[in-house]
Amino acid sequence: MTSAPRLQVATAHGHTVLRLSGLLDAARVDAVWNAALEAVQRSPDAPVVVDTAAVEHLDGAGIALLLDLLRQPRGENAGVRIEGLAARYQALLDQFDPAQFRAQPERARRPASVREVLGRGSMAATSGALDALAFVGETTKALMHALRAPRSLRWRDTLTAAQRGGADALPIVSLISFLMGLILAFQAAVAMRQYGAEMLVADLVGISLVRELAPLMTAILLAGRSGAAFAAEIGTMRVDEEVDALVTMGLDPVRFLVVPRLLAALVMTPLLTLYAMMVGLFGGAAVMSTFEIPLSAYMRETFAFVTLSDFVGDMVKTFVFGAIVAGVGCLRGLRTRAGAESVGLAATSAVVTSLVLIVVADGIFAVVYYHLRV
Amino acid sequence: MSTLPPLPDTGPIIRVENLTIGYGGKPVLENVSFEVRRGEVLVILGGSGSGKSTLLKHMIGLYTPMTGRVLIGGDDIVHAEGAQRQAILRRFGVMYQHGALFGSMTLLENVRLPLETFTALSARAIDLVARTKIDLVQLTGAEDRLPAELSGGMRKRAAIARAMALDPGILFLDEPSAGLDPIVSADIDQLVLRLSRNLGVTFVVVSHELPSIFAIASRVVMLDRRSKSIAASGDPRELREHAPDEWVRRFLNREPEPA
Ligand SMILES: Nc1ncnc2c1ncn2[C@@H]1O[C@H](COP(=O)(O)OP(=O)(O)OP(=O)(O)O)[C@@H](O)[C@H]1O
Ligand SMILES: [Mg+2]
Repeated sequence: MTSAPRLQVATAHGHTVLRLSGLLDAARVDAVWNAALEAVQRSPDAPVVVDTAAVEHLDGAGIALLLDLLRQPRGENAGVRIEGLAARYQALLDQFDPAQFRAQPERARRPASVREVLGRGSMAATSGALDALAFVGETTKALMHALRAPRSLRWRDTLTAAQRGGADALPIVSLISFLMGLILAFQAAVAMRQYGAEMLVADLVGISLVRELAPLMTAILLAGRSGAAFAAEIGTMRVDEEVDALVTMGLDPVRFLVVPRLLAALVMTPLLTLYAMMVGLFGGAAVMSTFEIPLSAYMRETFAFVTLSDFVGDMVKTFVFGAIVAGVGCLRGLRTRAGAESVGLAATSAVVTSLVLIVVADGIFAVVYYHLRV
Repeated sequence: MSTLPPLPDTGPIIRVENLTIGYGGKPVLENVSFEVRRGEVLVILGGSGSGKSTLLKHMIGLYTPMTGRVLIGGDDIVHAEGAQRQAILRRFGVMYQHGALFGSMTLLENVRLPLETFTALSARAIDLVARTKIDLVQLTGAEDRLPAELSGGMRKRAAIARAMALDPGILFLDEPSAGLDPIVSADIDQLVLRLSRNLGVTFVVVSHELPSIFAIASRVVMLDRRSKSIAASGDPRELREHAPDEWVRRFLNREPEPA
């Protein structure tokens, strides 16, 4: 027999009587919960009797309803009393002390004041910046040590990182940079053609690729691939206590985990950027050939316009980008807390932080190079 | 470069002095002091959340305590830095709760790693030493497997082998038998007893598996969450019968709290 729960409220001799009946289980009890609660809250200074004689069955949720009624703050001599509850349900209810459940939810819900939010935020920002600074120092020291004593470097890890971050990235770098060269050249050519200046497309594509787009796109791809991978790898090691194991074995996690990845990124980023540039130029050339400009003329024009200093500046920039991606990825990984979720957070925040820093660094480079060139 | 400063042979091997430890300014344990004697198997036990793992991590120098110090072989690990800290770290090995074997390396490579880093032995010698450690924990035949290819019990034994690679005088074990079947768990107990008797290794073990505690412990230190301190310490069999604190007796007899 399944009957819906029902609630009748009556007042007699200054008492409030709540008569509950039917099935009070998790699937149904919600229908009467709020009404019952309100009835109890409405009369804080009169005794309340909850008559449960007609209740057919209670499960944990039904017991919780009774507990909720019992834990409401009451005036003196105005308690809530449960009556007619079958012994086996009474035993379930008696496991809990209503006083223990009083006033707990309120505390958690208290909103933080503006001052508290600002204070906590700026403290977190400061300690984050100090932490990053300390990490840069430690990493530089470890890197110098590795360069001075190359035998201490973990070559196998370095090569693996170089392969995963560099060689394995070739397909996606090829695809993106070819498309970039292609689109850039095509859009420019459509406009330039009206003035019969198709040859200038070579200059435009060359200069944008070398100065900006190739380094930037490569860095962004690297942040998404390697930065996230570094953070997740090291983060998982942290969660599995492998990093702790390194520390107690007397092995420096920075030297052991960060330096190989950083070195790999420092070597692979410029190479990948160079490669992206070449592929991008070919993308441009492919468009130009449809405008009947031969490859040789296109290349001659490009290399006449792009100077060596563009090129050198470019390489310096990619070093910095590589350092940002690897450094941020490893730092986020090392600062992972506990649990699978925090590994995901570490990877996400590695990518986002790298992207922000890359854009900021790129802006600084643009300004500095502009003044150097004049 | 076997410049391991030998452990002094007298006095307690580890001293925990007035340690107050916790997270974010909130103490989990307050003003805790105890000693670990040379060659004994000391078990740290206590209810869930009483701070056993926290205490262990402070004893091995991973975290800095709020106050107090931890002396390992007479030297303070809390304030040691650089070469001195390295020397203290070399006095002990740690088996982490889930093994913490390096996932990208085979079992053999895991055990070889500390030897490669800290000794001047030839590759051949390192190989042999590593194999003897693997043999001690009865994992011969599994040398070339990756940690992911080992069972939970094998992983714990492998972690013990790695912790023993440099023959430290002290081994810290975090929950060596949690989550293992009774036979595998008894195997690990046997391993601990064998190493302690044959090699004189001192053990500090975190555990709440009572059968295993009664099998291996020469002494226990019992942490109490409510008082944030040590509720009792001594021989576990003795405490089970005669501890002054009723809660301690109940814990060791596996009796529920009275209603
Ligand atoms: N990283 C942490 N940050 C903040 N609090 C923590 C952290 N780790 C543990 N705690 C808290 O410190 C207390 C002691 O935890 P600890 O892990 O040391 O207990 P335990 O005795 O090892 O328990 P168990 O037997 O369940 O493993 C607990 O209240 C726990 O919530
Ligand atoms: Mg624990």
